[in-house]
Amino acid sequence: MKLAISISGKKLSSPFDARFGRAAAFCIVDTETGEWEVFENPALSASGGAGVQASQFVVEHGAEAVASGAFGPNAFDTLDAANVEMYLAPGNKAHTAAEVLEMVKAGRLPKAEAATHKGHHGGSH
Amino acid sequence: MQIVIASGKGGTGKTTVATSLASIAAEQDTVRFLDCDVEAPNAGLFLNPRLDTHKEVGVLIPQIDNEACTYCGKCAEVCQFHAIAVVGKKTLVFPELCHGCGSCTLVCPENAISEHLNVMGILEGGSTPEQIDFAQGVMNVGEPMAVPIIRELKKRGSTSSPEIEIWDAPPGASCPVVETIRGADFALLVTEPTPFGLHDLKQVAEIVNELGIPAGVVINRDGIGNNAVGAYCEESGLPILMRIPMERRIAEAIASGKLLLDAAPEYRPSFETMLKTIVAEVNA
Repeated sequence: MKLAISISGKKLSSPFDARFGRAAAFCIVDTETGEWEVFENPALSASGGAGVQASQFVVEHGAEAVASGAFGPNAFDTLDAANVEMYLAPGNKAHTAAEVLEMVKAGRLPKAEAATHKGHHGGSH
Repeated sequence: MQIVIASGKGGTGKTTVATSLASIAAEQDTVRFLDCDVEAPNAGLFLNPRLDTHKEVGVLIPQIDNEACTYCGKCAEVCQFHAIAVVGKKTLVFPELCHGCGSCTLVCPENAISEHLNVMGILEGGSTPEQIDFAQGVMNVGEPMAVPIIRELKKRGSTSSPEIEIWDAPPGASCPVVETIRGADFALLVTEPTPFGLHDLKQVAEIVNELGIPAGVVINRDGIGNNAVGAYCEESGLPILMRIPMERRIAEAIASGKLLLDAAPEYRPSFETMLKTIVAEVNA
């Protein structure tokens, strides 16, 4: 299974980033072979719709599951439509992506069954 | 001639000035008043229009024909606002992100996209006792985007042109304010002589400058704060067209829905002079 983990660095050993749409990057790792690759998140500085764009991005890069700290309604709907599993990793402790990967493999992370918060869109666009 | 009233900071007296200016203008000219503060329109409380037209407005959002869609993803790719996602055999539309530009419909090779109106608010219009043609936009609660409503509201100008149009802008210095100011002949910037007033005045003055619109300043609640606004106006060449002192009786009258002109008729000459100055500046 290809798992996308939201991270704030460039490696599997980089710190986990609890934000999904606004994560700095995604580490996409093959849970069987351990091969990984890091992609900068194109939605990082989007003015809006970051959740949709980030979701589309990880799906296009073959992710079948995502581990992040939270999923907004648009990200949830997009990932859900693509049958991508969403794992919720605790954002209050400093983990590395590698540690989050181990937690997923050990079945220790709950799956998001619905959006974890309301949308951020708004303001005056 | 279109005069926009803006301020940056909220609560400086935009509507106070705009409604009295409209009232003075209506004594001689045909006047239209557009309340562009669609999140909280309140000029009607002072001008008392009879609102007899109501129209739903919003943006045209895409509707996908799932039979015809081949999931090529061109619509999602062209969308600058990420309002469409194509994942696998599904095309998702997020109406609250859509700005209604229509690009997706244009690029769809299968003609699988039709457009339907996503209602975001209403336009209301009518005439005031002073025969001012009045209109306001009212955005639905929870709606994130004001610009499409303001854009529709300003189209009222394409049906007939009165001699003077007054556009009462929303507070702030973001998209809805820019949309309101765009196309005006003159910008009247209402501020208060405080650090907050100055900070936001500068932002709006920059927008007006960028749009190439001549501007003047009204200092409301004159006497409080400091003289930094006056100094800024002088160094940036912004004429101060009027000063309204901080007076409790004015605040009380406004709070009870009276026009500034009715509460303090001694300001009548100042409003007349200000209007003349603006008209002369625009016609120069």
